[in-house]
Amino acid sequence: MRAAGRGVGHLYVHLPFCAHRCGYCDFVTVVGRGARHAPYVDALLAELELERSTLRPELESVFLGGGTPTFTEAAALGRLLAALQPAHEVTVEANPETVTPELASLLREGGVNRVSLGVQSFQPHLLATLERLASPGTVRRAFEALRTAGFANISLDLVYGIPGQSPADLERDLDEALALGPEHLSLYELEAKPGTRFTHRHGGELARQAEAMEGYFERVVETLVGAGFRWYETANFCRAPAEAGGRDLRARHNLAYWLGRDYLGLGIGAVSTVGGLRWRNTPRLERYLEALGRGASPPRELEPLDAAVSLRERVLLGLRLDEPLVLAEVEPAIDGAALERLRGLGLASDGGGKLSLTRRGRFLGGAVTADLLV
Amino acid sequence: MPPHLIRNFSIIAHIDHGKSTLADRILEVTETVSGRDMREQVLDTMELERERGITIKAQAVRVLWKGHQLNLIDTPGHVDFTYEVSRSLQACEGALLVVDAAQGIQAQTLANAYLAIENELEIVPVVNKIDLPQADPAGAAAELAELIGDDPERVLPISAKTGQGVEAVLDAILERVPAPTGEPDAPPRALIFDSSYDQYRGVLAFVRVVDGSFESGEPIRAMAQGTRFEAEELGFFSPVMRPAGSLDAGEVGYVVTGLKDVSKLRVGDTLTSERRPAAAPLPGYKDVKPMVFSGLFPTDSDDYPVLRDALERLKLNDAALVYEPETSSALGFGFRCGFLGLLHMEIVRERLEREFDLDLLVTAPNVAYRVEPPGGSWLEVHNPAELPNEFERVEEPYVRASVIVPKEYVGAVMELCNDRRGVFAQMEYLSEQRVHLTYELPLAEIVLDFYDQLKSRTRGYASFDYDLAGFREGNLSRVDILVGGEPVDALSLIIHRDGAYARGKALVERLREEIPRQYFDVAIQAAIGSRVIARETVKAKRKDVLAKCYGGDISRKRKLLEKQKAGKRRMKQVGAVEVPQEAFLAVLNLNGDKR
Repeated sequence: MRAAGRGVGHLYVHLPFCAHRCGYCDFVTVVGRGARHAPYVDALLAELELERSTLRPELESVFLGGGTPTFTEAAALGRLLAALQPAHEVTVEANPETVTPELASLLREGGVNRVSLGVQSFQPHLLATLERLASPGTVRRAFEALRTAGFANISLDLVYGIPGQSPADLERDLDEALALGPEHLSLYELEAKPGTRFTHRHGGELARQAEAMEGYFERVVETLVGAGFRWYETANFCRAPAEAGGRDLRARHNLAYWLGRDYLGLGIGAVSTVGGLRWRNTPRLERYLEALGRGASPPRELEPLDAAVSLRERVLLGLRLDEPLVLAEVEPAIDGAALERLRGLGLASDGGGKLSLTRRGRFLGGAVTADLLV
Repeated sequence: MPPHLIRNFSIIAHIDHGKSTLADRILEVTETVSGRDMREQVLDTMELERERGITIKAQAVRVLWKGHQLNLIDTPGHVDFTYEVSRSLQACEGALLVVDAAQGIQAQTLANAYLAIENELEIVPVVNKIDLPQADPAGAAAELAELIGDDPERVLPISAKTGQGVEAVLDAILERVPAPTGEPDAPPRALIFDSSYDQYRGVLAFVRVVDGSFESGEPIRAMAQGTRFEAEELGFFSPVMRPAGSLDAGEVGYVVTGLKDVSKLRVGDTLTSERRPAAAPLPGYKDVKPMVFSGLFPTDSDDYPVLRDALERLKLNDAALVYEPETSSALGFGFRCGFLGLLHMEIVRERLEREFDLDLLVTAPNVAYRVEPPGGSWLEVHNPAELPNEFERVEEPYVRASVIVPKEYVGAVMELCNDRRGVFAQMEYLSEQRVHLTYELPLAEIVLDFYDQLKSRTRGYASFDYDLAGFREGNLSRVDILVGGEPVDALSLIIHRDGAYARGKALVERLREEIPRQYFDVAIQAAIGSRVIARETVKAKRKDVLAKCYGGDISRKRKLLEKQKAGKRRMKQVGAVEVPQEAFLAVLNLNGDKR
């Protein structure tokens, strides 16, 4: 999708440091290690230099993810932001307890214009289950601090399906999130990944609750759409343009993934997909620092993507969106008989040369996509 | 060799009573194999047999002892293969009946002894494993002598493991087993008692020459079938193939026929010389009728031709296996196969999976039924789905089952047999401790898990054997399973009316657990005719989508989706419902509930 000669327009930067590793997390994280923050940022900047020619001079989006990017020592974070080239959308993931008025200004001054706040829940007992350090009060203070610093695009991350979460708990979380007036919301069903401490501790309970929580996703969509949000991706909602002064508040960076655009990732464990090649940097901090310390690219795992695989990804990602795929573009990857069957079941539609899932089809998007792909 | 210097014999024993060990020792003692070449259980060639400690195909090995030629004809040792044992015994004049000194007579000992007696063989009784600390050679010898009406003094105590007494056994064979009585100068006749197939040499016939002699290279005819071929090679096993110029009256050996089509040469047929043809064939064998049937379907429908070829190949070495193409609306193309019994079925399935690398779905086994439709003539049904809705009568096969148990388990065995519609026939004390129970039981009750139940209720002490005892009318009906309103032919079963409701309910409940939730509600029903006797619903799923997907994990999510897709592909389609293959085995797994 990269226009020849123009370069990659989307940059991801991984900042792995966290104060604490949450039981359910399976991202590449590094707990504490304050002394490593500055050298890590040095290495990031070194990797950026190595890749600079791949990138456009002016980017469409930059996303700083983690870990907890805002846990990174302030001077190092500031240095990183200053070195990045300008972009239309610069997002930073933040945990509420790390957001102070000082940090908010640092981000603003560093060119950040969108913050994704990892709230997870407003209910103290559920935050405790998730081993989150923030309290509901912290979330509100963080949100205020960001607004005060001038952030006009704030996203909240919430999790549902937490062990012990009642339907009333879910309603309260949604209400409280909406009450803050965010531009964007991400709602994730808790994934109890096998092998994590969390699954070890709560797996049994989750299995017992599975049936009771079945309707939570529908409830989330109903509530948020009812509150004027656009369900633009399976797990993502943004204030509809009519309610946002005509602004398209979809996450531009993430949209690039879902639309199959090329992106470059920097940092440990970061993934890049450029021109039919995907690679993943080593997840190991020491190796990463060592390689870049001597000016070499970090160890990488390469995965060439042939045209057929890219097309399948295009379908599996595209069908998560509320905008249809152009059928002619993805046709070789689509099983026509399955499409007809799914249309008959009211799960997919292919009118006007456009392929999309119905509302119910989106709730069943995984299975439907598995059926649709040849 | 002149017939009076030949002895042909088999070893018959209950499983694990030491038949193979004794055979090995005989090969050693007669210096047929050197100690260095000695492989454990030389006669059991197939990998599978070695693993399971059982012998499937009979073979013959020639040994020399004190100027005599002894042909040891191996026999299978399991209830399913009674028919093959019987076949091998027809090639002999004598049999070693081996009993474990610690265990005494077991159900198969009885069955084997009766077979030997029916075949008018001279029985040489042997008590094995006398070296074991818990051995009771005198007790076992007394039981054995009583069984065959011999003098306990004539029972030979041995240890096949250490070799103690084995020479005496060989001497007893010379003394007690009659020499073959054939006409050395008559037109040649040989009984084919087994066959095998070799990819390069074609059909290999194992024969017992009765009259005359055959020469290498001579034109030969199979009398019943009329097949003609040239004896490419004659010979015997000792223990490896040893070509010989001729096979003479009384001898046992092999004939390399060069035939590429095994159906051209039937076990039980008589070979004669084209140059000097015999007037009449030898008495042949009764055709064995398979009584246990099940559908074999490739998990991947593309493997159907592989399965077809594999069955053809197996059939070459396994005359008892029968099969015919079957089309199931749920499982696609496969074969309905007939087996001698459950072990036979298990062995065939394992060979198909192991030797031909096939992934198979095997439906629950059922027995053969005889049905009289209204106004029609009797027909035999091998597949429950084929039982007509309307019929005058249905008959099912019964067996006469022998169970030998220590007396404290008699109650448990009787309870099990009663639960399984058994009819008590007889009880006799073999000794103060051990009882021989005889029951008549529907074979259908045995093919499921009778043997497992018997073992578990008697802590493994019971031994079991059975003989077919003909067809009898039963109050039977066909229970159909409907998934999403579509009958699933592969899940139909024929069952006694008294158990139909409970069984239908259990099956439907099990299927509800096995069938994953779909895009819509799926009704699962059990029905007799149009009457629904049980129903469950698999509720439609409301959510099936990955919670999140971003740049860092697209590959992983794609692989997850491909895994999901592959899982769906393995499912079988019943109407619009995707049914996992495991669900078709649900019938098999119900047995635990049935007490």
